[in-house]
Amino acid sequence: MSALSPAWFEIGLALLLAPLLNSVIARIKAAFAGRQGPPLLQPYFDLAKLLRKGAVYSSTTTWIFRAGPIVAFATTAAALLLLPNGRVAAPVAFPADFVLLAYLLALGRFFTISAALDTGSSFEGMGASREAHFAALAEPTLLLGLAALARKTGALSLSQILPTTSLLAPEVGLVAVALAVILLCENARMPFDDPTTHLELTMVHEVMVLDHGGPDFAFVQYASALKLWLWSALLTALFLPASGNAWVAGALTVAGVFAVACGVGVVESSMARLRLLRVPQLLATALALTAVALILVVR
Amino acid sequence: MILLVLALAALTASGLVALVTSQHPRLAAFCGAAGPLVAWALALTPALSVLTRGPVLSFECAWPWPFGAVVLGLDALSALFLLVILTLGAVTAVYGVGYMRGARSPLARGVAWISFDLLIAAMFLVVLARHALVFLLAWEAMALTSFLLIAFDCERREVRRAAWTYLVATHLGSVFLLPLFFLLGQPHASFVFSAFGAGLAPGTASICFLLALVAFGTQAGLVPFHVWLPEAHPAAPSHVSALLSGVMIKMGVYGLLRMLTLLGAPPLWWGWLLLGLGGVSALLGILFALAQHDLKRLLAYSSVENLGIVALGLGTGLVGRSVGAEDVAALGLIGALLHVVNHAFFKGLLFLGAGSVLHATGTTEVDELGGLASRQPVTAMAFLVGSVAICGLPPLNGFVGEFLIYWAALAGLVHTPAGAALPLAALVPILATVGGLALACFTKAFGIVFLGQPRSPAAAAAHEAGASMRAGMIVLALACVAIALAAPLLLDPIAWCVAPLAPSAEVVPRAAAVLWQVLLVAAALSGLLLVLALVRRWLLRRREVRSELTWDCGYAAPTSRMQYTGSSFAQPTVDLFASLLRTRKRIAAPDLHFPDAAHLETETRDVSREEIYEPLFEGTERLLKRLRVLQHGRVQIYVLSLVVTLVALLLWQVR
Repeated sequence: MSALSPAWFEIGLALLLAPLLNSVIARIKAAFAGRQGPPLLQPYFDLAKLLRKGAVYSSTTTWIFRAGPIVAFATTAAALLLLPNGRVAAPVAFPADFVLLAYLLALGRFFTISAALDTGSSFEGMGASREAHFAALAEPTLLLGLAALARKTGALSLSQILPTTSLLAPEVGLVAVALAVILLCENARMPFDDPTTHLELTMVHEVMVLDHGGPDFAFVQYASALKLWLWSALLTALFLPASGNAWVAGALTVAGVFAVACGVGVVESSMARLRLLRVPQLLATALALTAVALILVVR
Repeated sequence: MILLVLALAALTASGLVALVTSQHPRLAAFCGAAGPLVAWALALTPALSVLTRGPVLSFECAWPWPFGAVVLGLDALSALFLLVILTLGAVTAVYGVGYMRGARSPLARGVAWISFDLLIAAMFLVVLARHALVFLLAWEAMALTSFLLIAFDCERREVRRAAWTYLVATHLGSVFLLPLFFLLGQPHASFVFSAFGAGLAPGTASICFLLALVAFGTQAGLVPFHVWLPEAHPAAPSHVSALLSGVMIKMGVYGLLRMLTLLGAPPLWWGWLLLGLGGVSALLGILFALAQHDLKRLLAYSSVENLGIVALGLGTGLVGRSVGAEDVAALGLIGALLHVVNHAFFKGLLFLGAGSVLHATGTTEVDELGGLASRQPVTAMAFLVGSVAICGLPPLNGFVGEFLIYWAALAGLVHTPAGAALPLAALVPILATVGGLALACFTKAFGIVFLGQPRSPAAAAAHEAGASMRAGMIVLALACVAIALAAPLLLDPIAWCVAPLAPSAEVVPRAAAVLWQVLLVAAALSGLLLVLALVRRWLLRRREVRSELTWDCGYAAPTSRMQYTGSSFAQPTVDLFASLLRTRKRIAAPDLHFPDAAHLETETRDVSREEIYEPLFEGTERLLKRLRVLQHGRVQIYVLSLVVTLVALLLWQVR
C-alpha cells in the first residue's frame, strides 16, 4: 500500500474530477434541449465561490446542522477507500467489505436527514422523510446484487469480486441494470428526483439542504458529486475486462465513470420524474432483478 | 465462586435494607443502588477470569426438597451474560437514584428498589443455575420481580393492564419449560444440566428444541410471541425499561443457547426455523417501531427487531453447523452474541435517554416534543450515540455485530451448496431492509424529539437531567464507543462462549484482522471529520456568520406547528406497508369553501395481538364461562353436589 500506488492515484483523481460529472450531465441535457449549456468548469467556480462566502444559520439549528455536510463528505470519501478500480485492489479490502461501504453511506445519510430535521422546516422534513423511505427500499438491492456476484466469483471482497466479473454472464447484466436503477435513486436523479426544479415541493435531496449555505453548501455539493463518482465507478467496474495494465485499467475506469454520467444525462433528458407512489415499485423491480440474478447464480 | 455468592447476598441484602429504610428516601435509594454496584465489583474478577479461558467455576450443595440440589456453575457463556446483567444493573441503578426521586410514595419506592435488586439477583441466578429446579425458581423470581416493577405506576389503568399482560405471557411461556426439563431429565432421572442430553433420541431432541424455542422465544420477544413486550417495557419506570429491554429479554437468548449446547448436533431445519422467526421478528419489529407515536413503545418494538437480528445470527450459526461450514457457524454465533451485548448497551442507553425526556417534559409522545437538543445537550448527545449505534452504523458498536452476521451469511452463500445458500442469501436483503428502516425509525426518534422547535409548552420548558441520570447515560454512551474500539479483542472471549457449539480457533484471528481493517477505515473517517471541521472553522474565521429564521420559501413567520411531525415523517413507509401494519386512521379532512378545523389521528396496534391472541383468549373465556352453570351462589346446591360426589366415590370404592 505505497503512497504512489494506482489505487491512491485513483482516489485522488476521484476527488479532483468528481465535480466535473455534474457539468457533463448538464452539457448532455443542454445538448438534448438545443442549448449550449454551462462551461465545463462551472461546478468548480461554484464551489470556489461558496467556499469564499460567510454563513447564515437558522436560529432553530444546533451543532447537528453544522455537522451534517461534513459527515456526508467524510463518509463518502471514506467509502472510496473500499472501492477497487479496474484490476487494482482498493487500499482497504477484506471479506464483506461492501457491507461497510453501504453502511458508511448510510451514516452520511443519517446525518444529512438529521441536519434537515434540525431546521424545523416542513420542506426539509418532507425531503428527509422521502430520503429515508427511498433509501430503505434501495439498500437491499445493492447488497443482494453484490452478494449474487460474490457467489458468482467465489470471493467476498469487492476488490476480488469486481475485477473478475464479466458482463457476458446474464447474471452480471441483471445486477448491472439493478445497480444502475439504484444509482439514479441514491444520487437523487431522474426518474426519482429532479435536481433542477425550482419548486421545493417536488424535490428530495435538494430540498433537504435548502438551509445550507456558504462553505457548508460547498461540502454538500462536493459530497454529492463524489457520491455520484463512487456509484459510477462501482457500475463501471462490472463492465471492465479483467486483463490489462493497472494504469490502463485506471484510465478506463475514469472513461467509464464519464460514460455513466453521459448515460445519466440521457436518462434525465428523456424521462419525466415518476410519481412518488410509483417509486417503490421501480425499486422493488430492481430488487427482483437482483433476486433473479441470485437464483441464476446459485442454480 | 465465593465472590459470586457474596455478590448475590449483597444484592438481596441491599434490597431488604432499601425496603426497611424506605421512610428515609435518600438512604433507601443509596442502599438500593449500592447492591448492584457492589455485586458488579465482586463478580467482575471471576467473570473476567472465566471469559479469558480460566477454569470453569462450580458450586454444589444438597437441599432438602425432592429432586433437589443446588448446583451452580459459571462457564464462559454464563460469565458473558453475567457481566452484561451486572454492568447494566449497576448503571441503571445509579440512574434510578435520580429518576425515582419524588416518584410516588416512599413505600412504593422501597418496594421498587427491593424488586429491582432481586430482579438482578434472579437473572444472576438464572445464568448460574445448573439444575432445572434452581433454574425454574430463578426464572419465576425474575418474572415476579419484574411484574412488580412494571406495575410501579399502578395508579394508571394502562400500566396495570400491561403488567397483567406481561404476567400472563411470561407464565404461558414458562409452562413450556416444564415438559422441556421433564423430557431432558427423564432418561437419567436427574435434573442436573450436565446429565441432560446424553442419549437423547433425535425426535425427542427436536421436540425439546421446539419447546425451548417457544419458552425462550416468549422471553426474548420473538414474533409471534412478542405481544407482551411493547406493552410491558414502556409501562415500567425508564431505568427498569432499560434493564428489561437491555438485559432481561436476553435471558431468552441465554436459555436457548444453553439448551442448544445440551441438545447435540442440530438438524438443518432448526436453523431455518430460527432464520424464519428472526427475519419476521426483525422486519415486523422495525416496521411497527416506525409506526409508533410513543418514544418508549418505539424503543420496545425495536427490541423485537434486534432480538430478531440475534435470532438471524443464531440461525445462521445453526445452519452452518448442520452443513459443516465451521466459518459460517462460528461467525454467525459470535455475531449474534456480540449483538446481544451491544444491544444491551445501546438499548439501555436509549431507554435512559427516553427516561430523561419523560422526566423533563412529562411525556414520551414524539409529536409533542422537539427542540430538546438545546435544552438537554447531554441527553441529546447520548441519544444520538444510541441511535447511530442501534442503526448498526459504523464506527459504533452496533455495526460490528451486524457485520459479522452479514459476513456469516455471505460466507455461507459462497461456500455452501445451493440448499443452504439460498436461505442464507435471503438474510442479506432482510438485514439491509431492516437496517434502512431502522435508519428511518431512529432519525425520526432523534430528529423529531431532539431537533427542530418544541411542539408543546412542556417541551419548551424542558431541563437537563440530574447528575446521576447524566452519569448513567454518559457511561453507557462511552461503553458503546469502547466496545467498537475493542471489538477485535472481544472476539476471542465471545468465541470461547460459543466454543461448545462451534469450533472457531481458525476463524477468530481472521475475523480480528478484518475488524482491525474496519477500525482503520473508522480512524480514517474520524481523521477526515476532524480535518473538515477545522477547515470549516478556518474558512468561517473572519467571515460574517448570521442567525436567521429557517428558510420557508419566503414565508417569514414559521411556527413549530408547521414542522414535520413523527407521523408525517414515517407516513410514506407506513403507507407502503399498510397491509402489514393496519394503521387505523380517523380523519376529518378540511373540505368545501370554508373548512372547519381538520383532524387526523392514527394508531397502529399490534396485529398479532388483535388477530391471534385476543380471539384466542376470548374463545377460552367463552368456553370457561360454560362452567358457570355449576356456580349458583346457593349453598344448598353446593352441599348437594358435595354429597353426590361423595356417594359416587363411595359406590365406586365398594363396587
